[in-house]
Amino acid sequence: MRISLSKEIMKAEGKDQMLSSVVPASKEKSGNLDLLRGAKEKSMVKPMKEAKPIEECACPVVEARNFSFYYGSKMGIKDITMKIQPCAVTAIIGPSGCGKSTFLRSINRINDLIPNIRVEGEMFVNNQDIYVKQINLVNLRQQVGMVFQKPNPFPKSIFDNVAYGSKLQGIRKRGDLQEIVEESLKAAALWDEVKDDLRKSALSLSGGQQQRLCIARALATKPSVLLMDEPCSALDPISTGKIEDLIDNLKKDYTIVIVTHNMQQAARVSDQTAFFCLGELIEYDSTTTIFERPNKKQTEDYVTGRFG
Amino acid sequence: MQQIEKHSLTDKLQDTSSGTRPGPASGVSRGTLGAFLTHIRRIRRVVSERTIVCLIYICGVSAVIFVFGIFFFVFREGAPFLEHGFKAKEFFLSPDWYPTSATNKRYGILAQLVGTGSVTLVAMLVAVPFSLGTGIFIAEFCGKKTREIMKILVELLAAIPSVVWGFIGLMVMNPLIIKLTGAPIGLNVLNAGIIVGLMSVPIIVTIAEDAIRAVPDTYIEAAEALGATRWQLVRKVILPAAKSGLLAAVLLGVGRAVGETMAVLMCTGHSINIPFDAKVPFFHVLESVRTLTATIAAEMGEAPRLEANADGTYPTEALHYQALFVIGIVLFAITFVINITADMIVKGIRRKK
Ligand SMILES: Nc1ncnc2c1ncn2[C@@H]1O[C@H](COP(=O)(O)OP(=O)(O)OP(=O)(O)O)[C@@H](O)[C@H]1O
Ligand SMILES: [Mg+2]
Repeated sequence: MRISLSKEIMKAEGKDQMLSSVVPASKEKSGNLDLLRGAKEKSMVKPMKEAKPIEECACPVVEARNFSFYYGSKMGIKDITMKIQPCAVTAIIGPSGCGKSTFLRSINRINDLIPNIRVEGEMFVNNQDIYVKQINLVNLRQQVGMVFQKPNPFPKSIFDNVAYGSKLQGIRKRGDLQEIVEESLKAAALWDEVKDDLRKSALSLSGGQQQRLCIARALATKPSVLLMDEPCSALDPISTGKIEDLIDNLKKDYTIVIVTHNMQQAARVSDQTAFFCLGELIEYDSTTTIFERPNKKQTEDYVTGRFG
Repeated sequence: MQQIEKHSLTDKLQDTSSGTRPGPASGVSRGTLGAFLTHIRRIRRVVSERTIVCLIYICGVSAVIFVFGIFFFVFREGAPFLEHGFKAKEFFLSPDWYPTSATNKRYGILAQLVGTGSVTLVAMLVAVPFSLGTGIFIAEFCGKKTREIMKILVELLAAIPSVVWGFIGLMVMNPLIIKLTGAPIGLNVLNAGIIVGLMSVPIIVTIAEDAIRAVPDTYIEAAEALGATRWQLVRKVILPAAKSGLLAAVLLGVGRAVGETMAVLMCTGHSINIPFDAKVPFFHVLESVRTLTATIAAEMGEAPRLEANADGTYPTEALHYQALFVIGIVLFAITFVINITADMIVKGIRRKK
């Protein structure tokens, strides 16, 4: 529901009379109508926007408090404290090896797969410290979806890929699955390209299509936080453009954290930007501030390309 | 010092080469001492490289030669039987194995074929679930320490000599089976199946674990990120992705079970018998059998290897020895088919991907 709604609104963007006809059609999330309208108005003053106040959004808050992450004895990130705005796009930038992926992957605990890791401090999702023992990782990951740097579809059909998460959650009815797949593929702007052949192997898609498929797969489980680790690094400008549009549409309903090496991309899609260096959070502010008048010399050097 | 070394080297090179290569004279005539040295070094490198390539080639070829050599030897010993006493229908479809009968020698290996098959079947029923479970546990579910300990234990299992397994079957399983099932004798298909099953566990576990660990991390990450539980991860991602490797593991286990000799000789009861009939439950695991391998092992010592008569025919006593070799050929063929099948299945799966 949430996905199709956002899609509708996105289409209606710039046509106010249409918006009013679309919004009441959604019953499920009526509590969010104001928020959505707010988001829409905000997006009029693109490209640089200030973050919305937290209360406006139903998405959970992601917050790190003095969070450190170690690979064995090797430090990955150190003492990160940051609060990620809900229903907004937060970009993480920084030189290679500075711990961007480490931070991102700490938010859904996918780093748990690596042996000998250790964390200090706290990471909150929805006011719940996710590194306490009794946390249910399955629930966490249903709430916090992830798109990886390299497209990683399963060697299955397009349909099965998108339906994968829902099947894991125990949705079996063919009709339900079909609905979810269509919704998700539409939200990921892939539907028109694949709708005629959902049985085709996902591996036969192009890289850009595969990446959008992975986004659709992540959306299908209806998370509220979406983590994206350099989602466009392997893509051509057209696919990148599509994914950026997609991110822009999705942020009304999702809290999005995106790691990117592309400054323009960060400036284009994000509301907030965090600059990491050597495992530390150097500066975290609105994207406008970071790119136009950063407070730290280091940040300025990096965003202007003078970083050594 | 250098001079001497250089000279001796040159001499050696001259000795070994047969004149096709330009001699040192031409090297010197080309100019300085430095150029000459470089020349020699280059030749040395080429020679040593050729030697290594040659060695590798010999190793590769000798593996093929050994296989063919073994096949040739087995075939040669069995060939006279194939020529004179062999009737395919009788050989494969008759359970009458009387190679030493004074009046009516008969060579039917149906009972042994069925014996090998039934022991292998039971062995796999025991080994496959057990090994795959262990493999999955070692590869995915346990910590690093447990994994190391488990691997050592599994390897220990592989290190037990087959005659010791036979002892276990004889001294432990035998009374146990009699006590638990009330069977008159504990040396039977069940006993041998369990023992051979345990014997094939290490090989299946090791290869299954490798196959499971070879599943790309990206699949595992993707599934975990979608909220898969540990068990869903195994069932829906790891097992399908490792399918071909797991199949290869199982087939190697089958090969192991088919080829096992000493332990089955001691545990099957070694009696010519087909443990199947029309009565429920059709497959009687509490009956004794005899396998192909055990037949060879037990009878080879008593079967005389006799030379051909002057007219090229063989005395009838010679057929026993030769028939045993034909059994060897059959075993060879069975393992060959198993391997080819495994290969084709693995390749087929790969192509489909
Ligand atoms: N699995 C791992 N084991 C050990 N060290 C790791 C592991 N993954 C990352 N690291 C280390 O942690 C540090 C941060 O890595 P991370 O992957 O978070 O960097 P990054 O900012 O994402 O870099 P990039 O932009 O190149 O992706 C690096 O120094 C890296 O060497
Ligand atoms: Mg990274």
